[in-house]
Amino acid sequence: MEFVLNFLLPVLQQGLVWGLVALGVWMTFRVVNVPDLTVDGTLTTGAATAARLLTMGVHPVAATLAGFFTGAAGGAITGLIHTRLRVQPLLASIITMTGLYSVNLRIMGRSNIALFTLETLVPDNPWGKLALFAATAALLVLLMNLFFRTELGLSLRATGDNDGMVRMLGVSSDSMRLLAFTLSNGIVGLGGALVAQYSGFADAQMGIGTIVAALAALIIGEALFGAPTVFRATISALLGSIIYRTIFALALRAGFQASDLKLVTAALVVLALSIPHIKRTVRLPEGSEAR
Amino acid sequence: MTGLTIEGVHKTFFPGTVNEVRALRGIDLTLEPGEFVTVVGSNGAGKSTLLNSVAGVIAPDRGRILLGGVDVTRQSEVQRAARIGRVLQNPLAGTAPSLTVAENLALAAARGRSRGLRWALTAAKRRQFAEELAQLGLGLENRLNDKVGLLSGGQRQALSLLMATLQRPDILLLDEHTAALDPRAAALIADLTNRWVRQHRLTTLMITHNLEQAIRLGDRLVMMHEGRILFTVGGAEKQGLTIDGLRQAFERVRGEEFTYDRAVLAN
Repeated sequence: MEFVLNFLLPVLQQGLVWGLVALGVWMTFRVVNVPDLTVDGTLTTGAATAARLLTMGVHPVAATLAGFFTGAAGGAITGLIHTRLRVQPLLASIITMTGLYSVNLRIMGRSNIALFTLETLVPDNPWGKLALFAATAALLVLLMNLFFRTELGLSLRATGDNDGMVRMLGVSSDSMRLLAFTLSNGIVGLGGALVAQYSGFADAQMGIGTIVAALAALIIGEALFGAPTVFRATISALLGSIIYRTIFALALRAGFQASDLKLVTAALVVLALSIPHIKRTVRLPEGSEAR
Repeated sequence: MTGLTIEGVHKTFFPGTVNEVRALRGIDLTLEPGEFVTVVGSNGAGKSTLLNSVAGVIAPDRGRILLGGVDVTRQSEVQRAARIGRVLQNPLAGTAPSLTVAENLALAAARGRSRGLRWALTAAKRRQFAEELAQLGLGLENRLNDKVGLLSGGQRQALSLLMATLQRPDILLLDEHTAALDPRAAALIADLTNRWVRQHRLTTLMITHNLEQAIRLGDRLVMMHEGRILFTVGGAEKQGLTIDGLRQAFERVRGEEFTYDRAVLAN
């Protein structure tokens, strides 16, 4: 029981709530083929929005959903800088992330907001927490899978695959990229709003490293479980996130300090990124053209 | 009412620099609806620039482009795409590798419509795609759920051709679409092209390096050289045309020896 309460439950909770963020990041990573650093800003934006609204007495559901919209707005800015001003997407995301730091402080009015004393969406009961995050993750997976089967969703996927073809078929690849940045950061903002309520505070620094953590989850998930379809990719992202948080918890138990965890993350990402390469080296190029 | 009208189109790249290239120097060309025109010419003749001007990838410096009587000169590539089907030289260019055959066709079937939250694939669409694919004779109708990345170059180019024509475009633009294929696949795609174009009476502008192909296919042959149209051969005269005849015609007009930078006179 001690193991369940102090290890398994927190790992699953964290894995799922950060899994939402990973699902958001997957969208830009897949559609624009770029790791979107905006999320380091928009995670905090979503958290800051929810926290500020909660302190103002707004209903927790509304405050959490508001995190989606402010996150989405942040993503749209990156999308506009990239598509309208022709700035490279990675650079555009760094620029927005930097600017958002100030915006987030403005939203909160100070550098952090404690939520311990407030009524939030996240219940106190550890099982309740798990249920909430699992339900949210399941809903998001469902919505994403439905969306990517629509004409719009399919166009979005094709943009990451072959944007020249997408234009030949009369779809503006710029609009698709803008949409991807917007939706993706909306999901990340929503994740941030939940993370803040889960951890009991919003902080101007809390978004730092979000992109690397999300990529770690995505890459671990993809390497271990594969991502041949949208459904498999979304499930792999969630499982990858849970495994990533498990490794985190194990590292802490093994005596690493909390401050060492960024280094653990970086090492994990390198390791996960090298798995496909190692696989290729071991098992020679049979079917290597397939992606 | 015409299929395609190109009026006095000029295009210069890098104007006023040492790299200045006068790619198009006043092109006038009209395609009647349903007409199939092949364009030949050596490297640098301006064939691709011409096709890209029609497609909207390149904005001409001067001149107009009319599609079905409508001036599209100021329309973007994406706007025009609703009425233009294109197949490019690179067989990887026309399809999305990590989507399935059916998904690629679904994208093509929606060409010219705004993409909303309708289902991209339905049972009816799958049946329609399977029927269309069966006409290619490549067995692709049994591979609707296979990722396109698994197909060969020839199969992908056949799929690209089907995708370009699925919505019966006002004009079909073929940019050396058999040049990067092995001889067997190239012959297959050339045959398919001819059959498709005739069957659906598609107005077609095809660039090729392959003189034999340009003579055999199409209603009219256009010879380009240094950004101009040197001559066109149509009707009965084209029926009897040979590669030697084409060479002589070139030398008559230019007063210089016909040199062809790629040794692909036939095949």
